[in-house]
Amino acid sequence: MELIAFGKTGWGDELLIATLMTLAVSVTAMIIGFIFALIFTPLKLSKNKLLNIIANFYTTVIRGVPELLVIYLFFFGGSGAIMYVASIFGYNEYIEINAFLTGAFSIGIISGAYSTEVFRGALQSIDKGQFEASNVLGFNKLIRFYKIILPQMLRLAIPNLSNVWQITLKDTSLISVTGLVEIMRQSYIAAGSTRDPLFFYTLAAVLYLMLTFLSMKLINKMEIKYSKGFNGY
Amino acid sequence: MDIDLLLNSFPKLIVASIITLKLLSASLVIGLFIGLFFAILRVNNNLVLGKFAYGYSYIFRGTPLLVQIFIIYYGFGQVEFIRDSIFWVILKEPYWCAIIAFALNTGAYTSEILRSAFQTINPGLIEAGKSLGINNKIIFYKIQIPIAIRQSLPAYGNEIILMLKGTSLASTVTLMDLTGVAKYIISTTFKPIEVFVVAGSIYLFITFIIHNLIKFFEKKYSFE
Repeated sequence: MELIAFGKTGWGDELLIATLMTLAVSVTAMIIGFIFALIFTPLKLSKNKLLNIIANFYTTVIRGVPELLVIYLFFFGGSGAIMYVASIFGYNEYIEINAFLTGAFSIGIISGAYSTEVFRGALQSIDKGQFEASNVLGFNKLIRFYKIILPQMLRLAIPNLSNVWQITLKDTSLISVTGLVEIMRQSYIAAGSTRDPLFFYTLAAVLYLMLTFLSMKLINKMEIKYSKGFNGY
Repeated sequence: MDIDLLLNSFPKLIVASIITLKLLSASLVIGLFIGLFFAILRVNNNLVLGKFAYGYSYIFRGTPLLVQIFIIYYGFGQVEFIRDSIFWVILKEPYWCAIIAFALNTGAYTSEILRSAFQTINPGLIEAGKSLGINNKIIFYKIQIPIAIRQSLPAYGNEIILMLKGTSLASTVTLMDLTGVAKYIISTTFKPIEVFVVAGSIYLFITFIIHNLIKFFEKKYSFE
């Protein structure tokens, strides 16, 4: 119990902050993933062959290559790439991107590939009549998407998106290799200085279980909200 | 692009991918038995055993694989009676620790896949078996298991690919698998893109083969 006390004697407050950090990275990565999905889902469904190939390349490569390798690519290559771009604009100083951004971006790209597939599936399973009906009623494209297609898409996508969220949440543990102090890194530090790895890694597992459990509860509520009028809700 | 580095790192990474494949196949074989065992507990009518199996799969699916490896590799070494027991011969090797962690992890996912396969078997098939006077054991082994395997092939194919990606975590417990060697080359040459291209292509190639193997088996065992 002393080990997880708050304050200077224990690791309680450090682990709490680390848990919040894990949450922050996961949410940021998920949002970055949504942005990627918003770009690549239309490409996947477009009639242009070249755009299709680009989108398929993205989802296939990212889903076929280990997450750790992608993280290493951005960890070792990220600042180099940005410095190269900056040097074109005449800025030659050393640029270091922080671990949070590298981590959130690399996990975001991964979660984006999964989200793309989910959105594609959801969009494709919306009845064609819905598009036609909104055209007949004279809605413009923006309203059609936000008021008619998106709510239906979300209902179909939420169960699968909750899987993507779980994958993203668990993938953030891999960012610890870049030195960002999230749950895994903090447990590693605590385990190293107290020589009690079993306790701290088990605690990390419990913290992750708590996060997945609580987020599942939340997602279930959202599922019910968006399923109004379906399946007896 | 540094073509020399591409050509130089290729043989090293190919050699490293053998360890990746070894880790993958060992953990899949062990994991399949674990998964089958827990799936049977789940479809069993015994409530306590069912809850136990559910708890197992919930814990292993709810926590990152990295935590599981670290608990087994770093955590268990700290407990005295494990170090004194005969298991220490296995648990002191990072190679076996990785396999144990992977097997337990894939076992949890496999148990879920098999459970849903068992539960979606048409009850008429089992009733037909019973009315033909076949005893329960033979119904289970000769009717339920083959159908469940066929049902779960697509999902299991995904699981194999996820596990292939999971083996990359072996590099965090000092094993020099494909990702481990790739990281080593990156950190000595500072050329992440070239190494990523080579290592990534090897992973994609393995994924491609697994994907086609599963497709082949799906066709072979299809009902039509």
